[in-house]
Amino acid sequence: MAEQRHTISLLVDNQPGVLSRIAGMFSGRGFNISSLCVAETVDPLVSRITLVTSGDELIIEQINKQLNKLVNVIKVQDLTGTNFVERETALIKLKARPAQKAEILRLVDIFKCKVVDVNTTSYIIEVTGTGEKLEALLKLLKPMGIMEIARTGTSALARNKK
Amino acid sequence: MKLTGAQILIEILKREGVDTVFGITGGAVIDIYDELAKTDIKHIMVRHEQGAVHAADGYARAKRKVGVCLVTSGPGATNTVTGLASAYMDSIPLVVLTAQVPTSLIGNDAFQEVDIVGITRPCTKHNYLVRNIEDLARTVKEAFYIARSGRPGPVLVDLPKDIIQSRASYKPLPIPSLKSYNPTYRPNKKQLNKAIKLIQEAKKPVIFAGGGVILSEASVELTKLARKLNAPVTGSLMGLGAFPGIDRLWLGMLGMHGTYRANMSIGACDLLIGVGVRFDDRVTGKVDTFAPHARIIHIDIDPTSIRKNIMVTVPIVADCKAALVELNRLLDAEALTIDAASNKSWLDQIEEWRSTFPLAYQQKDIIKPQYVIEKLYELTEGKAIISTEVGQNQMWAAQYYHFDRPNAFLTSGGLGCMGFGLPAAIGAQVARPKELVIDIAGDGSIQMNIQELATAIQYNLPVKIIILNNRYLGMVRQWQELFYEKRYTATDIQDGPDFVKLAESYGGVGLRATRPEEVVPVLKEGLGTPKLVIMEFVVDREECVYPMVPAGAPITEMLLV
Repeated sequence: MAEQRHTISLLVDNQPGVLSRIAGMFSGRGFNISSLCVAETVDPLVSRITLVTSGDELIIEQINKQLNKLVNVIKVQDLTGTNFVERETALIKLKARPAQKAEILRLVDIFKCKVVDVNTTSYIIEVTGTGEKLEALLKLLKPMGIMEIARTGTSALARNKK
Repeated sequence: MKLTGAQILIEILKREGVDTVFGITGGAVIDIYDELAKTDIKHIMVRHEQGAVHAADGYARAKRKVGVCLVTSGPGATNTVTGLASAYMDSIPLVVLTAQVPTSLIGNDAFQEVDIVGITRPCTKHNYLVRNIEDLARTVKEAFYIARSGRPGPVLVDLPKDIIQSRASYKPLPIPSLKSYNPTYRPNKKQLNKAIKLIQEAKKPVIFAGGGVILSEASVELTKLARKLNAPVTGSLMGLGAFPGIDRLWLGMLGMHGTYRANMSIGACDLLIGVGVRFDDRVTGKVDTFAPHARIIHIDIDPTSIRKNIMVTVPIVADCKAALVELNRLLDAEALTIDAASNKSWLDQIEEWRSTFPLAYQQKDIIKPQYVIEKLYELTEGKAIISTEVGQNQMWAAQYYHFDRPNAFLTSGGLGCMGFGLPAAIGAQVARPKELVIDIAGDGSIQMNIQELATAIQYNLPVKIIILNNRYLGMVRQWQELFYEKRYTATDIQDGPDFVKLAESYGGVGLRATRPEEVVPVLKEGLGTPKLVIMEFVVDREECVYPMVPAGAPITEMLLV
């Protein structure tokens, strides 16, 4: 069976140790976490976790079931295969050599990014989009000399039916 | 009126119907013990916290109630881990209360501090650290509810000393409802109808009962289904006793040390009805060749059990009893009559397997362990509650003691935890004081919690211990004999204690049989002695458990002797 990437959205009790239960379930059962994004929802008692994982059909089924089994997990929604929006933000610090500044700013414009910090030798760029968009930008920026990068991991929400 | 944390805790224990607590005291837990002593709740002081958890486990199985443990912080808490893991694997409802250092010291590497909630997350159904006195009552109430509902399991509650000492008002709480925890009890109608269709089409059905049948108290319904279908029944180790072990439809245990006919029937059946099972590797052998001609109906309350190891045709997520009641009702409505003739050839085939390779051994001039169990079965008329240790002793007990009722066979099935049997027997004896409780042990595993002899003596618990002494860690030696060219590395334990003197030194009775003709007299004397007795049987050192399916082989390919 083919490996597939799945984006799973969880609502969980906003309590200490809940993230550890989820991470521990994944490591203990040999499942893979590609990215993880956690924050409080409008209800301060509930957090949303967006988790990207991969595996064949049976593994993904087990992951969904095992997540549901955790007492602190309120809702599990496997978004893959449904209509949903996903976004990731990255902060990218790169060398800003005089000869390359124009090219960097051109890319910032094309990719609808923002320059959020400027000094004489470097820029920090903020970019938001799908994982693919981020990968595409990073590929173009790589030759310029990326110094550091911080990515949030994917966050996602199901679209309402129209 | 405000109560202390300890008083609130005790109030809840009483309201939950707790009559016995197994544990050991320590610095952080003194306040709770101080309150416990003022109540009618019986406290069984064990000699090691692992023993407390296994004893509570044995109690829970024998009494069909939540078992409760109370231990101190740090090492008291870490010593419960093996017991928790065993109870978790076997889905036994426990509430384990661990004391913790005061909240102000948590994270400080304080004396006898350990992050027990962190340590036990993967081996409990759920666990809690109580950080506010206001949360205490709700948390303990939830712990009991979670332990006993759905697929049962152990729940740990960590109680910092300052929480236990501080005060809050308390009023009894209703049964909690948790938005994130809703076990499915009722079976899905569509799935039931699909199952009925498969049952109607089957020519060679087999029913496979697991521990879930015992946990959901569904033995009667299971037996009804088997009779209705005239279908043979096998069981996992945890399922022994779910169906009468002397019934003509009983196939014996399935799996690595299952009977020839049970394993062969899985290879040939066209319908397998798994009830309260999880198809673990010791049952299935090589997964690809398991039940190759069968359509499979799988009933289990835990959705994760389904399609984890074995692909099934009709999954039914439900409480076993609820599902079996419905299946029986629907079968009655269909007026499906299985006359004895319709699956006669199937039952004849099974009878042929039975007579070709029955469980067998030859009793000559050295005591055979199987002979001891067989005689024990005869002398007790199958009426004893049996706990076991783990290894050969456990398998011989499973093969030669024919369990005809549930909650009478207590064994560490999933974790395979040596040292389980003696404390579990103690717990069972506390739960059912008038019944005969016997631990079937090996000389290796009995030494893993031998200290609990003192507990049995202290509370006048007349537990009987059968030690099949081969002076080896026998099951591993068997693997070494069969698969490691007889390199008996680290399995020879000749330098064991004199078990007769050991029993006497604790204040019990010790008996020993070294020749076959001594077996029955020793059993008779031991079973008739109303106090703690060790009966040691010096058995054939290199006897093996057969049949045996080598690890990873198809279940129908057995080594037979």
